Amino acid sequence: MPTVSMTVNGAEVSVEVENRTLLVQLLREQLRLTGTHVGCDTSQCGACVVHMDGIPVKSCTILAVQAADADVLTIEGVADGDTLHPMQAAFRENHGLQCGFCTSGMVMAGLDIARRFPDVDDATVRRELSGNFCRCTGYHNIVKSIVAGAHAMNEAGG
Amino acid sequence: MAQIVLTNDLGRQFTGGETTLDMDVTDVRDLIRKLDQKFPGIAEVLQDGSMAVAIDGNLHQDAWLEDIGPTSEVYFLPAIRGG
Amino acid sequence: MGVDGNYKWVGKRTVRPDGTDKVTGRALFSADSSMPGMLIGKILRSPHAHAKIKSIDTSKAEKLAGVKSVVIGKDFPNLPNKTISIGILAANFSEMSDKLMARKKVLYDGHPVAAVAATTSAIADKALSLIKVEYQVLPHVIDVDEAMKPKAPLLHKKMITVGVDPAPTKASNVASRCEFGFGDLEAGFAAADVIIERTFKTKPAHQGYLEPHGAVVSVAEDGQVTIWCSSQGQFMVRSYCARLMQIDEAQIRVIPAEIGGGFGGKTVIYLEPVAMALSGRAGKPVKMTMTREEVMRATGPTSGTSIDVKLGATKDGKLTAGEAELRYQAGCYPGSPVGPGAMTAFAPYNLENVKTVGFDVVVNRPQAAAYRAPGAPMSEFAVESVIDEMAQKLGMDPIALRELNAAKEGTTAPYGPKFGPIGNEQCLEAAKNHPHYSAPLGPNQGRGVASGFWFNVGGESVASVNINTDGTAVVLSGNPDIGGSRASMAAMAAEVLGIDYDKVRPIVADTSSIGYNDLTGGSRTTFASGMAVCNAATDAVDQMRTRAAKVWDISPDAVEWSEGHARPAGPNAGDFEPMSLADIARTSAKMGGPITGRAAINAQGAAPGFGTHIVDVEVDPETGHVTVLRYTAVQDVGRAIHPSYVEGQIQGGVAQGVGWALNEEYVYGDDGCLQNTGFLDYRMPVASDLPMIDTVIIEVPNEAHPFGVRGVGEVPIIPPLGAVANAVSNAIGVRMTDLPLSPPKILAAIKNGS
Repeated sequence: MPTVSMTVNGAEVSVEVENRTLLVQLLREQLRLTGTHVGCDTSQCGACVVHMDGIPVKSCTILAVQAADADVLTIEGVADGDTLHPMQAAFRENHGLQCGFCTSGMVMAGLDIARRFPDVDDATVRRELSGNFCRCTGYHNIVKSIVAGAHAMNEAGG
Repeated sequence: MAQIVLTNDLGRQFTGGETTLDMDVTDVRDLIRKLDQKFPGIAEVLQDGSMAVAIDGNLHQDAWLEDIGPTSEVYFLPAIRGG
Repeated sequence: MGVDGNYKWVGKRTVRPDGTDKVTGRALFSADSSMPGMLIGKILRSPHAHAKIKSIDTSKAEKLAGVKSVVIGKDFPNLPNKTISIGILAANFSEMSDKLMARKKVLYDGHPVAAVAATTSAIADKALSLIKVEYQVLPHVIDVDEAMKPKAPLLHKKMITVGVDPAPTKASNVASRCEFGFGDLEAGFAAADVIIERTFKTKPAHQGYLEPHGAVVSVAEDGQVTIWCSSQGQFMVRSYCARLMQIDEAQIRVIPAEIGGGFGGKTVIYLEPVAMALSGRAGKPVKMTMTREEVMRATGPTSGTSIDVKLGATKDGKLTAGEAELRYQAGCYPGSPVGPGAMTAFAPYNLENVKTVGFDVVVNRPQAAAYRAPGAPMSEFAVESVIDEMAQKLGMDPIALRELNAAKEGTTAPYGPKFGPIGNEQCLEAAKNHPHYSAPLGPNQGRGVASGFWFNVGGESVASVNINTDGTAVVLSGNPDIGGSRASMAAMAAEVLGIDYDKVRPIVADTSSIGYNDLTGGSRTTFASGMAVCNAATDAVDQMRTRAAKVWDISPDAVEWSEGHARPAGPNAGDFEPMSLADIARTSAKMGGPITGRAAINAQGAAPGFGTHIVDVEVDPETGHVTVLRYTAVQDVGRAIHPSYVEGQIQGGVAQGVGWALNEEYVYGDDGCLQNTGFLDYRMPVASDLPMIDTVIIEVPNEAHPFGVRGVGEVPIIPPLGAVANAVSNAIGVRMTDLPLSPPKILAAIKNGS
């Protein structure tokens, strides 16, 4: 079985995987980073979004070996020590979740949207978020959260 | 006397179609007991959890001890299940 | 307390207690738990819609290295064929067991036939491929109207329709008939100047919770069972597993994981008893999780329906009679929500002559599960469409027609009793006065309005409020937090105790740590469990008042509780320095021990909810695509304990209803197999499909609840179907009666003009 090495949330990891092992399986089952969720297995729902070298990817459709030598960021690595990232704080304060299952993927997608569109508006968030399902909120408060989070990141200097 | 209204289905099964009755009762348990004396077998259906009762517009499920006033309007209806 | 009070925490937009866990990935959902030595369990499912199982050979699978147990239907207890009530649910355990694992026949594509537990997921997959099942394929039936035809393939050869006199002599797919109503329909229609008759169809919609079903189950050598799973009720899981597997409830401990959405779809179980059987045989814990394909093929959805409505009105807009026949798909065994569908259909209206008849019909699909306001969205869609058409025929404003005929306090509901205080008229008035309703529309745009009604339910709840010696409190309740209920429980407890919201820690307790609770559903949690939490907090306050009275050597009646302090009640009680909750808690050991408030209730007095929605759509005449431009939802919730989560429930319900109206449907092939088993082509709304959803909260308090709560979660999914269909119909000038309103149907309607 191949061994893959990568950086996950700032730490070097080296894991033995099967060729067919998915990145999400490596994260959830081998590294026990269960904050990344699996909602559909077919890359529609977005609950499994992580960042690979700064790009959001659906970790249910990336092989672990494709992530070799990559820098992977999961929801567990977003906060700064005991301080929530402004995007996380925005979701919490704007009630941008009900059940919370889509939230990890929404925060990861939101971070990417905020970086690409620092002055993002509602319409842009809706367009950019079409790869992430939420069944609870009707997206209303998620859109508000991402806009608020992006603006907070902007004010904090990105 | 309290006015008791049964569902059409209960009427069909137990009362020969009669669905409105005037009865002198104190609470839901008393009502079920007296209905069963009149219409043997009806108590089993009324108590198996499949039926709810509305007393003066307030909905009750599994409520043997709920009071029924002398002029109350009491309706039986299927228990409401939830999503 | 008191329904009209000014509150410090109730009605405030506090940050939810589990917010940090959920934005950091810490929260543990059903698939996130693991145990040492854990096996992976998987299910082999029927590839046929309807077939006799001639034989199952598991010998090769059993011999595969790494396979620790294999089970099939005969490994599960056979149970009495009788429907019984458990809390707010009804269940036939013989049928439930057969649905978990098929015995003699498979009844739908995806019906489980065998299960394995192995050391890895890959070995479990391999083992499934080694199980040989010999089927004799039978004719199948998928559509409800087809299933009711005399020559339709029969799912159950002995099923005689219940509720018909005299009882039919021949078996059919119609499990039961129900009927509601009163008055004289013939006279009612004779008095009408306008009569409209229409037939409507809706497709099954899946609840679409993002978290697939999952469970970790450990059966110890002494038979004790521990289950970690997500569900709408840990006690439901315990009750069902105990009965299905024939063991004592006390032997089972169900630890509720966070639940990633349910919407009614997690009021039933699919995996836990199978994992129990596998774990018991293997002597190891077993984890089972469904793929999305399994969720789509074998869980939920709600019923597809076929509905006839007839409505009469005088030329000045008085409704004279309403009649409906409802035919609902139950799935493979009886149990569609046609009863509540028939009871709710005309509920927003004051009708003197009304009759609804419902048929519960089995088809070769997975068993219908509850979905938000079970049964109501379809029947109310049909009626709301006819109301809209009636307004057009009469030349009346659709809200004015609704107001003229609105059910109000004292109106006899179509299902029998008279309504108490309800907010139906207030919702209509707020909708009429909302700026949305008078905003101009552009070309190809249409506006639709619809009302909705749901009963709301109460049920059994237990709560404990433990006062800590540092002046904080822990609130234990027994309902999974599906949409922010921890926040509302903490707010109510803080309000009663008079301490700060962040000094209250709400906990969702497991089945061995708190008394029985009915599940989270029917919009009961904030009402019923909220009532239990208020009562438990009041019990704690009474104990603290008694202790203060002892310290002051006065009667407990002379001590009042306000703003978190025991105080002498008036000058006659004496002149004592108030004692805070923290003061009393600190000395609890010296004053009789810990302070624990408790309440165990069967909450009575659930009060109905009404809502009115307005939606604007634009239809692209070239593609038939519908864009939802603007949405406003008005709803009477009694009291909004946490307005943000009330709004969230409403917005989420709207989004689901819009999906049901426009996009979501199951596509079955001629072979009776489901063809769209994933989110790619079972098309739930994404952010770009929806506008912001404006909400207007109406508060007509329910006097039965300490703060006036009615419940919120069910009503908002009801009006969108009718409102969207009315808006599209108005945009294209053709009445649309067959959901979902997909582009091909709209194009055909534009082309044909009907």
